[in-house]
Amino acid sequence: MSTPTATRTLLEVDDLHVHLGESHILQGVSFQVPAGGVTALLGRNGAGKTTTIKAILGLVGRSGSIRLSNRELARMTTHEIVRLGVGYVPEEREVFSELTVAENLRLAERDKRPRYDLVFDVFPELKQRRAQAAGSLSGGQQQMVAVARALLNDNQIILVDEPTKGLSPLMVTKAASALKRAAQAATLLLVEQNLQVARNLAEKVVVLDEGRVAYTGDVADLLADPALARRYLGAGGH
Amino acid sequence: MSTVILLLVTGLGLGALYFLIASGLSLTYGLMRVLNFAHGIFLTVGGYASWWIAVRLPFGDPWRFLVALLGCLVVGAIVAAAVEIGLIRPLYRRHVEQVLVTVGLALAFTALVQGTFGPDPISYPAPSWTQGVTQLAGANIPNSRLLAIAVAAVVFLVLSAFLRFTRWGLIVRAGVENRAMVAALGIDVQRAFTLVFALGGVAAALAGALGALYFGNIDPERGTATLIFAFIVIVIGGLGSFTGSALAAVVVGLLQQFMNYYASVYWGFSAAGDLSVVLLLAVVLLWRPQGLLGRSVG
Repeated sequence: MSTPTATRTLLEVDDLHVHLGESHILQGVSFQVPAGGVTALLGRNGAGKTTTIKAILGLVGRSGSIRLSNRELARMTTHEIVRLGVGYVPEEREVFSELTVAENLRLAERDKRPRYDLVFDVFPELKQRRAQAAGSLSGGQQQMVAVARALLNDNQIILVDEPTKGLSPLMVTKAASALKRAAQAATLLLVEQNLQVARNLAEKVVVLDEGRVAYTGDVADLLADPALARRYLGAGGH
Repeated sequence: MSTVILLLVTGLGLGALYFLIASGLSLTYGLMRVLNFAHGIFLTVGGYASWWIAVRLPFGDPWRFLVALLGCLVVGAIVAAAVEIGLIRPLYRRHVEQVLVTVGLALAFTALVQGTFGPDPISYPAPSWTQGVTQLAGANIPNSRLLAIAVAAVVFLVLSAFLRFTRWGLIVRAGVENRAMVAALGIDVQRAFTLVFALGGVAAALAGALGALYFGNIDPERGTATLIFAFIVIVIGGLGSFTGSALAAVVVGLLQQFMNYYASVYWGFSAAGDLSVVLLLAVVLLWRPQGLLGRSVG
């Protein structure tokens, strides 16, 4: 009889609080992300998903504990956290519009051997558009650049914030396919409003509701229960 | 015709000095959103450091001036980096405090220089070639103006190449667009801040030494006096735009020189240059608030 292998915890967030102005956005968020695969961070608009991602990266002031492979991140600056092997695909893509695609990628290089082979294998279109200013790309192409920046380095975890937001159905499929490839290279913590994409990519889920963790477990379990999904996500599971 | 040529070259010479001081100011604002009201002290440091070194060297020109120039650039870089690390960094994102501290530093530093070296201008030991003139289309052009233009052109090309082709330049250009995202790529933006401040200090110190040749002396208040025009230049050029600063510096220098001369000759009005520059600033702010090459907000 085989015993199930215990999954290592890669990221551990404990009692995370964020205040923005007068608002108490995150009110003691705690959850764990296992190593490998995709964990979805879901919730209604304003639940605190993007703030959680930014707090992990140190892009907003926060208190509480954030541990990556047992290293405490709470007192580190953003660039120190990223250098531990944290990739980031921001909600608004945030490509550098006046730089070319090649310059955007060059700026993201951290490793001695950046994985251009992987990047151009996943996004062959970027190879053809290397000399083009990133600001002149379509939304979908800018998303490719944003994901490519994270794929370029050997990351422990990639924080992906609403990668399909504002994309056409075709581009959503392409983005989901690219993220599937990304998940083979690193653990993904994925904020996603598109439940179909979340269902296809993620195994585990953390649901935030008004700045608190409302549910943790398997994605399949959450989405299989329409009442539960409707309560936390405002949508049915099917 | 020779008057026009003379005014053209001297205007460009003045624009060269403005560009040297405005370039660092513009990059500093673009990357760090810091309006450094103490930037003029780097010009004063450059002028006084090059003078202090030049009068102590045992050998003659041109080496005396070149060594003094090199020395003042090093001093300018060190003072600028020290100001960034000691005063600006602790007040990052606290804009009101930054303004108060940098204005205070400018006033205190000027008083310190006046207390140490005296309040009056000091004659500068300029190399003999820079005191001569070159005939150009019938006009006797002071060589100091030609030197200022040539040096500013070289600085423009070198800084442009730095911004275009080096990794640090890439970081600065990206940082001007989105500092937080640069940090989110694992880059220590703070180091870029110090580098930009030091580069700005070098360029301003260069303006200090060339300004000493241009005016024939060093003056404790030249830094703060020139800074006003440098601020006008970066606003007209577009805050954060390096090329915009270069373009605006040329426009402001020429306008100031031509208006000073013609208004004085035809209307007996001696301050028309400064007034016209302020009017130009007002027109640009009304017509194109983001400046000539600045990006529009929103």
